Amino acid sequence: MVERTLRFRDDEPVSDPAVTVDSFADQSNASAVRLEPGDDARALIPYLDRIGLVEVNFPAFTDGRGYSAARILREAGYAGELRAVGDVLVDQLSAMRRCGFDSFAPDHPFSSDDAQAALARWPEFYQAAADDRTPIWAKRHA
Amino acid sequence: MYKYDQYDQAMVDTRVAEFRDQVNRRLEGHITEDQFKPLRLQNGLYLQLHAYMLRVAVPYGTLSSAQMHMLADIADKYDRGYGHFTTRQNIQYNWIRLEDAPDILADLATVEMHAIQTSGNCIRNISSDQYAGAAADEVIDPRPYAELLRQWSSFHPEFLALPRKFKIAVIASDTDRAAMKLHDIGIRMVRNDAGEIGTQFYVGGGMGRTPMIAPLIRDFVPLDQFVTYSEACLRVYNRHGRRDNKYKARIKILVHELGAEEYKRQVEEEFAHLQGQGIEPPLAELERIKACFQDPAFEAGAPDEVDASDPDFVLWTDRNCHPHKQPGYISATISLKPVGGIPGDASADQMRLMADLAKEYSFDECRVTHAQNIVLPHVRKADLYTLWRKLDEAGLGTPNLDRIGDIIACPGLDYCSLANARSIPVAQKISERFAAQEKQDALGELKLKISGCINACGHHHAGHIGILGVDRKGVENYQLLLGGCEGEDTSLGKITGPGFDEDGIVDAVEKAADVYLREKQEGERFLDTYRRIGIDPFKEALYG
Amino acid sequence: MKILTGNNLKTGAVVWWDGQSWSIHVEDAVDVGDRADDIISAEEAARRVVGAYAIDGEKDAQGVRPAHIKDRIRALGPTVRPDLTLKPADPEAGNWVI
Repeated sequence: MVERTLRFRDDEPVSDPAVTVDSFADQSNASAVRLEPGDDARALIPYLDRIGLVEVNFPAFTDGRGYSAARILREAGYAGELRAVGDVLVDQLSAMRRCGFDSFAPDHPFSSDDAQAALARWPEFYQAAADDRTPIWAKRHA
Repeated sequence: MYKYDQYDQAMVDTRVAEFRDQVNRRLEGHITEDQFKPLRLQNGLYLQLHAYMLRVAVPYGTLSSAQMHMLADIADKYDRGYGHFTTRQNIQYNWIRLEDAPDILADLATVEMHAIQTSGNCIRNISSDQYAGAAADEVIDPRPYAELLRQWSSFHPEFLALPRKFKIAVIASDTDRAAMKLHDIGIRMVRNDAGEIGTQFYVGGGMGRTPMIAPLIRDFVPLDQFVTYSEACLRVYNRHGRRDNKYKARIKILVHELGAEEYKRQVEEEFAHLQGQGIEPPLAELERIKACFQDPAFEAGAPDEVDASDPDFVLWTDRNCHPHKQPGYISATISLKPVGGIPGDASADQMRLMADLAKEYSFDECRVTHAQNIVLPHVRKADLYTLWRKLDEAGLGTPNLDRIGDIIACPGLDYCSLANARSIPVAQKISERFAAQEKQDALGELKLKISGCINACGHHHAGHIGILGVDRKGVENYQLLLGGCEGEDTSLGKITGPGFDEDGIVDAVEKAADVYLREKQEGERFLDTYRRIGIDPFKEALYG
Repeated sequence: MKILTGNNLKTGAVVWWDGQSWSIHVEDAVDVGDRADDIISAEEAARRVVGAYAIDGEKDAQGVRPAHIKDRIRALGPTVRPDLTLKPADPEAGNWVI
């Protein structure tokens, strides 16, 4: 599985299996959790300091709830790995990076060349988001 | 008008390159149609009844002469010499080849245009008042705020896979000319008691199969917070909007199921959180945008009288012109609804003429209206007669704004793969039935809107008279609705009863019109009479 | 009879399965019996067609007539623009649709 994961972090990956949000609160030793689209990302906020990996599942690429979940976690200060898993397409990579995802485990892996091309595509962004890119409006008034 | 800087230009140029790559990958088989479909939709490219259809964004309905010329050139070069202006102020081409689509987007980018997010489950083109920046009754020009939202919503990384499409309208006067309360978010610029400009948010309106009028969610959002407030509205929707049923996925259903108060509570909570996240562009950015929308160089002391010696011209002036904030000027509507014509269609030559007239008589600017007409917003009254002569010679001088002949119609089953019945032939027959000037005059303001299916692109719920095409066992059938209104006194039409065939619906409209003519009191529009006497006298005439 | 229709992937043109390939003329459509799904998946995979589907049709003196008005409009073109249909010279062509 690991080789199918595209990762933009230098630390060691968490090897624990990701548990559901429901079981996470009861397992004080769990360090990896898996968010389904209907789960409330904010339920994890009290535990962020012991989480090393959050997997956000995209059962269908058309279900965009995981984008909000990712931003909510980053806005809350989560600094661990945030991995998009499931039906993740290369054309979504740029937006997912902007929402705070820093690793990807797609059901149908794409080549790292395609991934690099997709990420290099956009030189500028209109909005502030969960990454450290400077929005266009800030550049205009720097 | 807004002018792109190097950043805006880079965004549309990048999008062209990205879409060219995506089209290539589709044609070479690297991605499936299921994967490609949302990508092409977010570039406005549908697979329609006869071919691909491309919807080009006209942000808040404003076009320069050069942009209108480009729309004409695209119609000739890549399509069949015409285009269709839509109820969301955009333009659609009906005969596009997938192979050509990247080149079309590249051509559009040369005149600061695009098809970004004109379809798909994302934030669509922002619409506005067609008289923005010109109307005598506006608080402020709403377009800079719409432009700020255009930039915020373009490629917004969190909101590219919403439960369903999302439409925003921004207006700035008490009179609503953009059907604001029938949008997912309707924003009205207002001035508060302290004299400050801010924004009212109406959230959860829409038409479609479950029409709803948006409730007021917040009556004043300060200008330095309204992007953040919009983001909060969208985040609550993205997280909690229904995804189990396409027909219940619009924000109107969420607001309805939660209740406006609970939705508002959740938005306020998210808003309080997001205010600390550095989302809001500085007011300096708004000022930068506003500088693009400064008034054109109006001639001080321009004569305020219009030559009244030609009765046909006087009629057109009375019908199709709107008061301007600047003495000596007026906004003129070019009707795209000639008797027997296809509502909203314009040939490439007509587009070129309108572009040239905009350049000569309206400071290089024209507007698309949600009623599928074109406005020249800033015409010197002294030039109005000459302008009208040129329009009239070209068949663009129909004096029927907001009259029964000024019909909104969706493309219907002649073009649309979702439609159940044809809309355009019904519109043509009605406009022919009521072609006589005295008939139109007697009926006064009467907004008639036709949709070829329940998705309501033809705004039938909001017509004083609405018509909904349905499929009855493989045969086109038309239901009649009465009492809808898209204005500030928004209301939803009621179905009168069993439907009619194509000729029957034209007769039914005439019978409803006759009830009005019989019952109307001094000063009443059709809608006013309907509201006073109710649906029963109409039912009696139709089915009695 | 069961006939197949769809759009040419590259051009978007409405097309009909003629037994060997795709024709723009509905008169060329053939009965595919119960082989619709196989043909559609093979042809879509080969990227010759997009959005293909099977419909009911019948053969009469004038050729093949799709059962539903939507597909008859697809076969002819928009009834409100006879000049853009496949039969621009035939003023009665629109009647076939209805």
